[in-house]
Amino acid sequence: MRDKKQGLIDQKLQDLNNDGVDRRGFLKCMAWAGTGLVWTLNGGIPGSRAFAKTAERSAAKDADFTFVQISDSHIGFNKPANPDVTATLQTAISKINAMPHPPDFIIHTGDLSQLSKPSEFDTLDQSLKGASAKQIYFVPGEHDMLSDNGEQYLERYGKGTKGTGYYSFDHKGVHFVGLVNVANLKAGGMGSLGNEQLEWLEDDLKGRSASTPIVLFAHIPLWTIYPDWGWGTDDSEQALSYVKRFGSVTVLNGHIHQIMQKVEGKVSFHTAMSTAFPQPAPGTAPSAGPMKVPADQLQRVLGITDVNYVVSGHSLAIVDSPLDTSVSSASENGSGSSLLRLAR
Amino acid sequence: MTRTNVWVGSLAIPAMIAMLLLAGPSRVAATDQSSTPNAEVKIDNFSFGPQTVTVPVGATVTWVNHDDIPHTVVSTDGVFKSKVRDTDEKFSYTFTKAGIYSYFCSVHPKMTGQVVVQ
Repeated sequence: MRDKKQGLIDQKLQDLNNDGVDRRGFLKCMAWAGTGLVWTLNGGIPGSRAFAKTAERSAAKDADFTFVQISDSHIGFNKPANPDVTATLQTAISKINAMPHPPDFIIHTGDLSQLSKPSEFDTLDQSLKGASAKQIYFVPGEHDMLSDNGEQYLERYGKGTKGTGYYSFDHKGVHFVGLVNVANLKAGGMGSLGNEQLEWLEDDLKGRSASTPIVLFAHIPLWTIYPDWGWGTDDSEQALSYVKRFGSVTVLNGHIHQIMQKVEGKVSFHTAMSTAFPQPAPGTAPSAGPMKVPADQLQRVLGITDVNYVVSGHSLAIVDSPLDTSVSSASENGSGSSLLRLAR
Repeated sequence: MTRTNVWVGSLAIPAMIAMLLLAGPSRVAATDQSSTPNAEVKIDNFSFGPQTVTVPVGATVTWVNHDDIPHTVVSTDGVFKSKVRDTDEKFSYTFTKAGIYSYFCSVHPKMTGQVVVQ
């Protein structure tokens, strides 16, 4: 079993090598497997320690930090794919709370609710009150915009945001931008940012040093994954052109309820699992709707994403982990831990 | 009666019936509302079925959501706009003017359809 894991890590390092990424760079990876191993790569030599022994996190520098991305909680959904989405959200929160150190904050990449109902937002807020991280950043999904122009969403989560709910903030030297690509959608199109938001984004990034790590987060993927199902954003090219000059760009999305990753130059794209229900891989089903899996499999295809920022490497390590981390079978999209390379 | 008379008489009746039938249909339709063919569009698997539906002026089209995800029915020209429809909910619109009405689901904009009213 251990050899297999070692082989998998080596394989992933191999892939990273082929991407032109220096594998001797600093890389911190926390494996959420049942064995609870913490892997650290220092100068290309892997070392591992059991979770219990790393409680002090002595290797961490002050400026390093962790945040968690959750997505697509769809509070209010109650069909066979998951009759109790509030319970699985709670499991995700418990998982966050079980981390040795609380994350600095949580980012929710949208579809908080199923039908934009006040009661659904209420339930979400109640659940999140129990999270170890008290600061939560949101961006809406299309399910949160179902009341006219997303007024329910904006009333609760739109303070300090502009236009349809976009904003930016800085945290320990990293610049975060929350984008909204689920408003004013056009017939036949995919996600859309709109000119007003694009102008704001260009202005927001102006004058920032190219060494500032950038994290963009939005609901619908900002790269084209599967146009037939609307999995992409029509005008994201323009947005991405504004971040091209930066040395480290990470794009975090949701919407598709499965993990998809891509690296293009210095930009790393990543989509998260849902905490509510999985969706099929592109083109493998008649539509993108909720996918029913056997009850004992459900928690393996739902999960959270842990993002660890390492100052010395100006890089972010992204680790997805399913709600159920017991020894899993095949690694399909969404189940099992996955390590995304970093944007340097 | 002479033979000729009988012959003419037996022709006359079918002729009269034929004339009535020819004159009939449009008048019958104008006075009988229940024969206006309304249409139903099923929403399922992120699509409208049938994608194009043709109805006469005055017909009502009803959309029924059979999907396990909520959808909306929104005209691209601002003619009609439904509230969000969850599973089994419906939306109806009566078309009083002829024309081609394109619409889509504002939540999942790849879903498009058309109502042809003539």
